[in-house]
Amino acid sequence: MHSLYNLASGPLAWVAFLLFFGGSVYRIVRMLVLVAQKENFIFTYMSWRYSLRSILHWITPFATVNWRRQPLLTVVTFAFHICLLVAPIFLMAHVMLWEESFGLSWWTLPDAVADWMTVIVVLGAIYFLVRRLTQPEVKFVTSASDFVILAIVVAPFITGFLAYHQWFSYPLMMSLHVLAGDIMLAAIPFTRLSHMILSPFTRAYMGSEFGAVRHARDW
Amino acid sequence: MAEPSKKEPTTVVDDGIDVGISRLTVDKIASVINSVINDETGARLKTYVDTCIHCGLCSEACHYYLSHDKDPHYSPVGKVKQTIWVMIKKKGRVSPEFIRQAAIIAHTQCNLCKRCAQYCPFGIDIAYMMLVVRRIIHRLGVTPLYIQDTAHSHSVTMNQMWVKGDEWPDTLQWQEEEAQAEIPTLRIPLEKEGADIMYSVIAPEPKFQAQLIYQTAVIMNVAGVDWTMPASVGWDNSDMAMYTGDNEIMGRVKRAHFETAERLKVKKIVMGECGHAFRSVYDMGNRWLGWAMPPFTIVHAIEFYYDLIKSGRIKIAKKFDRPITLHDPCNVVRGGGLHEKARYVAHAICETVVEMHPNREHNYCCCAGGGVINTGPPFKMTRIEGNRVKAEQLFGAKTNGAEVLVAPCHNCHSGLEDIVHHYEIGLDIKFFGDIIYEVMEKPE
Repeated sequence: MHSLYNLASGPLAWVAFLLFFGGSVYRIVRMLVLVAQKENFIFTYMSWRYSLRSILHWITPFATVNWRRQPLLTVVTFAFHICLLVAPIFLMAHVMLWEESFGLSWWTLPDAVADWMTVIVVLGAIYFLVRRLTQPEVKFVTSASDFVILAIVVAPFITGFLAYHQWFSYPLMMSLHVLAGDIMLAAIPFTRLSHMILSPFTRAYMGSEFGAVRHARDW
Repeated sequence: MAEPSKKEPTTVVDDGIDVGISRLTVDKIASVINSVINDETGARLKTYVDTCIHCGLCSEACHYYLSHDKDPHYSPVGKVKQTIWVMIKKKGRVSPEFIRQAAIIAHTQCNLCKRCAQYCPFGIDIAYMMLVVRRIIHRLGVTPLYIQDTAHSHSVTMNQMWVKGDEWPDTLQWQEEEAQAEIPTLRIPLEKEGADIMYSVIAPEPKFQAQLIYQTAVIMNVAGVDWTMPASVGWDNSDMAMYTGDNEIMGRVKRAHFETAERLKVKKIVMGECGHAFRSVYDMGNRWLGWAMPPFTIVHAIEFYYDLIKSGRIKIAKKFDRPITLHDPCNVVRGGGLHEKARYVAHAICETVVEMHPNREHNYCCCAGGGVINTGPPFKMTRIEGNRVKAEQLFGAKTNGAEVLVAPCHNCHSGLEDIVHHYEIGLDIKFFGDIIYEVMEKPE
């Protein structure tokens, strides 16, 4: 078990971070190059003011008509995404690893809070799963990949939760947790999890078109 | 995944589509699809497809979806799934029958109203993807017959309705004479170089709604506007080629329009109460020609009336006394932000304005726009049944007292006529121009 842990937290973690950062930069650069080559006009219409106006509306709960129309989904999706981002970055155990390896450290969450955030991520994922399986308009456009990416995202949280509480075999859970984290990081740029890096651009472009050309709200 | 099979089979027969697909092979389809996707699209299509998280949140934006009891086939993303996703995934190798269905979806089950862009958290432009599908359909020669005929008319006559060269000035002269019975000094100035304004219309006005030109002539004359209309091609601002994906003809038509304004050395182009023409002149046609924004100031009738009333150039003798409700056309409201100006005009000329809900940018489409009404009789019921939710919205306004529905857009007008008639809503439909003509101060 030690060897799996060492592999996952050693070379594979390097590969995962490399794929995550390198892949993210690659996706963004490739998109921008494609814009420059084929749809150069897009740059003409981009506006910082209207981009930020649109993004700010959509990253604020209940600030758009559609968020208000879907109160449960809005609460769940914001809680899910905030916990998903914040918990891993500010988990004390993670920060300690950074400190041990690179001498970097920052503010950390109390373990109990991080624990609850993990539960929220898992519950959020269950909500999305149920929504996919039961809501006809979501089910209709669901493909296998949608379940795969949901599993990729929730796996590090489930295994992390089990490891933290030392249920089942701790060394096994810990190894699986690190492995699942590696997989998630590496998958972000190369699956539709890339909405994490690309959606600000699509939102910004639509915001710019609506703001500067259409003179209408896009929320 | 399991797909609910709620949607009834399509039985429509359209000669443009059916004859078109009879000529197709999988190889030909694949070569056209790949050519469009590789050569004519870029970062937008790729990023939209890669970023969509399949959440379905765009669904409730769509009047077709709402009107079909939330059948997911009609949701915006559902239409994308049934068309461009499959084309991309199969690298273009889809069957003629698939193309038939794609043509029906893209041409008759989407008005390109972009309401879904306001509901997608990522701002994915689904209307753009439907236009890509229409472009593919065009290049495969499967465009629905009626709208294809309109595109042919644009190509041959540079107007939408096969109006012949002499019929145009003839119609203007006829309306000038008619209006002179009311105001003897009235003129419809043709080819007046250096006028402030070139007034352009869509071809259905001279073809069968010539009274709209009459009304405009009266408004222009009373307000003392320095205006002109071209006597040659270039007078028509409409553009169905834009909606068939025939971008080359869109470009020719718009170039003729802009060059006519240039030739007449006018300061701006004022256009009648039409939505799609505004989209073509202000948003799409100019871009195809390489203009980020139109080369002329484009003033839609709503804004023009707003200016005339606000500056006191036309005065209201007695406000229109029947309660009205205002329909916000997608192309000038979601596409041009004219909703507050429209309300200013409405309140200035009418005693009572009853809002329908939703309104402004969130108004439901008329279901005629985006070229859907131009696919003609085979799809008339598609648009009426596809917009039950509009009927419910209009009933709501009527319940609150509205008797007249003002729709400052030609396609909206015609589409709403069908909806009001079919669902027996009992609202009279008018243009702003109809009411202004009726209530304005005119010389004795």
